[in-house]
Amino acid sequence: MPYTLPKLPYAYDALEPSISKQIMELHHSKHHQTYITNLNKALETSATALSQGNLADHAAQLSAIRFNGGGHINHSLFWQNLCPASSADAKPETAAPTLHAAIASTWGSLDKFKAAFTAELLGIQGSGWGWLVKEKGTGLLRIVTLANQEAVVVGDTPILGVDMWEHAYYLQYLNGKAAYVENIWKIINWKTCEARFVGGRDDAFVALKANM
Amino acid sequence: MPIRLPTTSLRTAGQAVRGARPASVVGGITFARGKATLPDLSYDYGALEPFISGKIMELHHKGHHQTYVNGLNSALEAIADAKAKGNDMQAAAVAPLLNFHGGGHTNHTLFWENLAPNNKGGGGEPEGSLKGAIEKDFGSFATLKKQVNTALAGIQGSGWVWLALDKTAGTLQVITRPNQDPVIGNMIPLLGIDAWEHAYYLQYQNRKAEYFENIWNVVNWKTVAKRLEKAA
Repeated sequence: MPYTLPKLPYAYDALEPSISKQIMELHHSKHHQTYITNLNKALETSATALSQGNLADHAAQLSAIRFNGGGHINHSLFWQNLCPASSADAKPETAAPTLHAAIASTWGSLDKFKAAFTAELLGIQGSGWGWLVKEKGTGLLRIVTLANQEAVVVGDTPILGVDMWEHAYYLQYLNGKAAYVENIWKIINWKTCEARFVGGRDDAFVALKANM
Repeated sequence: MPIRLPTTSLRTAGQAVRGARPASVVGGITFARGKATLPDLSYDYGALEPFISGKIMELHHKGHHQTYVNGLNSALEAIADAKAKGNDMQAAAVAPLLNFHGGGHTNHTLFWENLAPNNKGGGGEPEGSLKGAIEKDFGSFATLKKQVNTALAGIQGSGWVWLALDKTAGTLQVITRPNQDPVIGNMIPLLGIDAWEHAYYLQYQNRKAEYFENIWNVVNWKTVAKRLEKAA
């Protein structure tokens, strides 16, 4: 069953001025769509090869599945963990009381967490993502960075993701990625983050399942 | 583990440290008073239009390349400090930053030199012994172009594609490098194409295939031929 592009839960211009309408439209309708198109193609090719007992041709598709599948997963999670700045969901203290408390107990305060996360995001060499995750087993909060379209799919639960590919900010922020990161804090959907945190992996990936 | 940039390298607005003239030139990389500096372009920012916009060239050179220069100098300073203290572990910890920013500086310096506007030798097709080597190893210039464009389209994330000379085999090869990894060792870089999104996004957005098609119009084959001559 092929994957399809999930609808955004807000309009393309709803995240302005933090992220411009032009960026959102290209990012969603072009970049995300391309990952889905290439994922479906790779899945089909690998399934056909496997059904014919052609392991080499099947294995040849795994890199494309990992990359484009990761791209689809990451972007699906990303759209859901953003919201307009005016939304009540953008207020961490009220929209994410449990997560807010866990962040405060882990990093000392939300501001200290933001500073730590920001430093990790700005330290990424090349394209990639930063994630706040709930670690499997311990349930502890961790900040991780992943290259390219690697995704949080093994064990840990992704809570909050920030896209650090240049296509996520370049039309608006050019080489000033620090300003992009500073402004994205205003449009985090903390209600989504709370649901992922108090729930688990299935809750995080619910949007993906709805778009098959 | 993710690598944190030292705060000094995040201050991207700082100007290049420039001496009156470069103290030394190593493989196209200029140093003044022991510091890496931003090389001047041999053409105007707008000279590669309509294939690469003036705005892209200006940001790419003055913004991005300058940041790699600053980051390289910071990394070298940090290594010198560690060395002075006899702290090997501290020096080794800087290696990823040295590779990233040193590679960024080297790659971009080579890139500017292997591009040129049409009125300064950009575009067209390789000639002479370079043409012969390409035809010998790829069959034709068209096949090389196709192979490079396929490699560019296949990069997952940020990176570069190079036409390089394999020194021991004596053959030309198309190779890709992720992020800012430089072409080193047995491979001699002849022609580099930047596949980072910042190299094309303002003009081409998600249509990167158009950028990869258009950049051939501003490739400086004389530079590529000179690099091959020097390496052979």
